[in-house]
Amino acid sequence: MNVVGSVLIIGGGIGGTQAALDLSESGFKVYVLEKTTSIGGVMAQLDKTFPTNDCAMCIVSPKLVAAGRHPNIELIINAEINEVLGDAGDFKVKLTKRSLHINPDICTGCGVCGQKCPVECIDLFNEKMVKNKATFVKYPQAVPLLYSINKDKCIGCGVCEGVCKAGAVEYDRADEITELNVGSIILAPGFDEFDPTPLSPYGYGKYQNVVTSIEFERILSASGPYSGLVLRPSDGDIPEKLAFLQCVGSRDPHRANAFCSSVCCMYTAKEAVIAKEHQHQVNPTIFTMDIRAYGKDFDKYINRAQDEYGIRYIRSRVSHIREDPKTKNLILTYETAEGKITNEVFNMVVLAVGLNPPEDAKKIAEIFDIKLNEYGFCYTDPFHPVETSKLGIYVCGAFSAPKDIPETVIQASAAAGKVNMLLAPARGTLITKKEYPEEIDVRGKPPRIGVFICHCGINIGGVVDVPGVVEYAKTLPNVEYVERNLYTCSADTQTGIKERIIEQNLNRVIVASCTPRTHEPLFQETIREAGLNRYLFEMANIRDQCSWVHMHEPEKATEKAKDLVRMAVGKANRIYPLKRMVLNMTHKALIIGGGITGLNTGLGFAKQGYETYIIEQDKKLGGYANNIHRLLEEKSVNDYLDALITEVKNQDNLKIYNNSRIKQVNGYVGNFEVIIEKEDGSENTLESGVIVVATGGKAYVPDEYNYKNNDKVITQIQLENQIFENKLSEDIKNIVMIQCVGSRNEEYPYCSRICCAEAIKNAILIKEKYPEKEIIILYRDIRTYGFKEKFYRKAREAGVIFLRFNKEQPPELIENNGIMRILLNSPQMGEQISMDTELVVLSTGIRPPMKSNEKLAPMLKVPLNDDGFFLEAHVKLRPVDFATEGVFLAGLAHSPKSIEESIMQSYAAVSRASTLLSKEQIESEGTIAFINPMKCSGCGLCVETCSYNAVSLNEEKHIAEVNTALCKGCGACSANCRSSAIDLLGFTNTQLYLVINQYQQ
Amino acid sequence: MAFKPKIVGFLCNWCSYAGADLAGVSRIQYPPNIRIIRLMCSGRVEPFFVFEALKQGIDGIIIMGCHPGECHYMSGNYEAEIKFNFIKKMLNFINLSDRITLKWVSASEGIRFAKVVTEFTEFIKTLGKSPIQKSKNNSDLIFSLTAMQQSMNNYRMRVLMGRKRKITEQKNVYGEKVSIDEFEELENKAIIDEYNRERISLILKKHPLSVKNLASSLDLDEKSVLDYIVWLRSKGIVDVDKIQGLTPYYISIQED
Ligand code: FES
Repeated sequence: MNVVGSVLIIGGGIGGTQAALDLSESGFKVYVLEKTTSIGGVMAQLDKTFPTNDCAMCIVSPKLVAAGRHPNIELIINAEINEVLGDAGDFKVKLTKRSLHINPDICTGCGVCGQKCPVECIDLFNEKMVKNKATFVKYPQAVPLLYSINKDKCIGCGVCEGVCKAGAVEYDRADEITELNVGSIILAPGFDEFDPTPLSPYGYGKYQNVVTSIEFERILSASGPYSGLVLRPSDGDIPEKLAFLQCVGSRDPHRANAFCSSVCCMYTAKEAVIAKEHQHQVNPTIFTMDIRAYGKDFDKYINRAQDEYGIRYIRSRVSHIREDPKTKNLILTYETAEGKITNEVFNMVVLAVGLNPPEDAKKIAEIFDIKLNEYGFCYTDPFHPVETSKLGIYVCGAFSAPKDIPETVIQASAAAGKVNMLLAPARGTLITKKEYPEEIDVRGKPPRIGVFICHCGINIGGVVDVPGVVEYAKTLPNVEYVERNLYTCSADTQTGIKERIIEQNLNRVIVASCTPRTHEPLFQETIREAGLNRYLFEMANIRDQCSWVHMHEPEKATEKAKDLVRMAVGKANRIYPLKRMVLNMTHKALIIGGGITGLNTGLGFAKQGYETYIIEQDKKLGGYANNIHRLLEEKSVNDYLDALITEVKNQDNLKIYNNSRIKQVNGYVGNFEVIIEKEDGSENTLESGVIVVATGGKAYVPDEYNYKNNDKVITQIQLENQIFENKLSEDIKNIVMIQCVGSRNEEYPYCSRICCAEAIKNAILIKEKYPEKEIIILYRDIRTYGFKEKFYRKAREAGVIFLRFNKEQPPELIENNGIMRILLNSPQMGEQISMDTELVVLSTGIRPPMKSNEKLAPMLKVPLNDDGFFLEAHVKLRPVDFATEGVFLAGLAHSPKSIEESIMQSYAAVSRASTLLSKEQIESEGTIAFINPMKCSGCGLCVETCSYNAVSLNEEKHIAEVNTALCKGCGACSANCRSSAIDLLGFTNTQLYLVINQYQQ
Repeated sequence: MAFKPKIVGFLCNWCSYAGADLAGVSRIQYPPNIRIIRLMCSGRVEPFFVFEALKQGIDGIIIMGCHPGECHYMSGNYEAEIKFNFIKKMLNFINLSDRITLKWVSASEGIRFAKVVTEFTEFIKTLGKSPIQKSKNNSDLIFSLTAMQQSMNNYRMRVLMGRKRKITEQKNVYGEKVSIDEFEELENKAIIDEYNRERISLILKKHPLSVKNLASSLDLDEKSVLDYIVWLRSKGIVDVDKIQGLTPYYISIQED
């Protein structure tokens, strides 16, 4: 098949962005089509993220910036698709780029146009709680940072054209119709929030103090309407009593959506915690049916919310809300645990709204010729979770099912993994590789510094006396050339800088303008094009940290700008060229574990043409999936597994080592050397560029309920076996299932995630075969998240009885003369009840293989979490990466999860690893730590400090060594060194010392 | 003692002022209450002047310019009309809008000039003394007038006043004509918002107040006050001063 080496991604939220970054780093040209004017999606709107309470903007923004400036990613904003033709490998896509009325090639994002625009309109980014202008940018950190004109609101006064010193405003700029030729398409259009207006009993839209959770998210945000104060909209008071209502629009088949929106329980807990953190006066109450904290470390978060923050949970659904018209307080009516109807007054109510499919889902389905599921989301199959019904078109994020950020990121990488497999033959064909002139040798030459000072239109020049700063800069040591520019970042100035470098023989360049966070790479690129090493560059931030923040004190701002320039010159006098380290890449992959995860991962690599090894400790492949016959979603696991194993065995470049364990791991990213040991003691040494940990999990064998001695007490796995082998005894009339056995307790505080679905699956299977058998499921929370909710309902409809118990009062089993009796204190019943049963089924969950994990982790230099599962580099945004480069994880090794989710992680790991494997060589940053062996005492403090395992002790020489391939250049080691032996290139002690000194002059 | 209103007339040099002179030459009599301030064109009338005059306790203000189409400077009188309407809309908030008027008087209309002045003077007499003079407790009115004065000075109002004619009568930058209704909807909202924002930021210069305090002293609903506070905070004009109990108090952080 002839395939095209480019990809189109629909939607620039966190999913689309992740897929774009993965694929562009794997040798493909990527187009990201975003319908709004900037990427970032909903995540950019969030305040904090659970369960780590990381600031959403802080963690997403670097990814957005990276996507914005990647040479092989083209962001097509404000655009829509008209038509898609062709097939997998070769699609033709017609699209319209709606005019921004501002020339994106010229706009510098300075924002003067927005300030001067006289038209105020509602700001959708801030959920209509703030006003924006008709000439606007979605949010201040937007990528791309381009202003645009909202033509619907614009009155055409012409002011912005007048004030734009760059001349970017083009009112007559027309829509542009273009065509793209791509090999594959990823759909990542995200979701829409459920609109609670039609649910009249809640009074949303009628009562000012009833808000949605996404509105509340903006209220919490420091950049939101109330600048981080938690206030209620009616009068700006702090809502002392704050109620959250779960499942608004979800799990509500009669009035709204039947499915569970998966994320609301957690984001509500987070919003309640953050509200309390921001404003200690706030006392949140959460009304919920179940607490669905099924993800990694989620239950711990809920426990903390309750114990540390005093968040009150009430198990009830509020039936309606009334407003006291005088105080604007809200009176909530609900049923208490005892079944009494009661009223309670709150100052403010947050509706935890669910996730709808995107508004234009039907249109998307039509254009791309894909199927939607019964709820209007993109149809996928549990065994093929990123494939749409059309070959070559993949899906990720909430468009396929409601999901949270890490799962979106996983699915995004998984979709990218599939694209990698499909388009591998065309890899590298459409990307631009840049050729640079040879570097000018500056060694031994005295510094000749050029300083370029930016007016940034009027952003700097309107406050700071730029000509004054220019004159001042000329007096500084070794400054040979100074000029000022209207916009130093504009394309023509880049040409100018290059010419000046040659003409003036400059060998150090300083730009005094905006922030290096966004602009340093641009200028570094410019000087590199002129033949200077990238690191012969310094920046002085005289806009974001000077003119913008001292607008009313121009003289002091000018003084400060001079200080900043002097400090930059001080450092520039002592900067030297740095080398980026280049490492070779072994184009082979090694996977530890031959379960469903490991096998899929293996196929992912092998089908791209990489030689692949799978190491399995058992004889048999398939891992935990061997325990399962069928999915809750009614698909046969046995058939799937058989087909998968056959496919793996037929793959020539994929080699399986079973009955084998990892004995030793040497080397680092690109150059691993793994020694494996067979059961019989024979050894094998394998080379690989990347390693994927897919070591799986094991079924917990319970000590509870006399399981080990009583054969009438079995696990769900055993029950499933009995059902499928038709061994379920006729005599059994009453079956009691007990959930959370061995999970969510003090010792193992996590949720095993799959047990609710397993219990319900088995219950339905039994009811279908033997409708007369009584089944009672004793549970703490039913966690049938997402579309699994349907089966929970199905089970209840089939007559399965669900009774809840509290953690403190688990059901008791009493055995007397062969009669088993369960005693239960259910809050639903009020009093203790007892039930006789012939079979007790324990939902026992998943445990990490502790011993082997503890052995493997140090070999790979990767961490485990408190529960014994492997710990990823970042819970939210790097869910299948380890901090140690070149090592990835997937499947149950990460945490308990379904087969569908394990498959997604497999392909995600494939994609993440492919960003390395696809390269001939990998380049590290020049700013890395280095060691002066003369000073190093070998104390090892730096070794412990390093989060990336880049520093190690050379046992022979007894000094520390930096692995330049692994060093990320943070400098923590340097700050810890007692003898100044370890220092950071580009930020050396001397350089920083000089900068400080320059300030005091 | 009979009420002798003080009236200020802003007259353009070329038509109205000449018209007034003609009245003089023709010996046409009119009440002596008016003091004429000569401007080169009615378009020169700054809203600021009008509010200043009112703050000083002037009882009536009359702006005169050339008839439509006859302005010596082509279109100054049209600009004057736009500004006049803005001013009038603002003065409506404090029931003073009757005290200003705009009239077209040509160089040949001595009689008309006298008539206009006479009628306006009579009308002002029926209104009585300016409330600023009438009561010693006029600080509220002065405060409102100051807020108006300042809000009319802001860039947004200037743009709306300055571009209204072009956009609604000719065409905007897209070559389209914006309907007057559409424009005025925006204009009216802007006038209310800018006035209220200015009032809030002025009052917060004196002492910190809560949303509820502000709402009751400015006679606004609390929700709108909060919206204004949100805006003013985002522009770095006001900030939270303290939180008392459950209520934040705000203060102006703008330097004079
Ligand atoms: S000159 Fe009379 S109005 Fe302009």
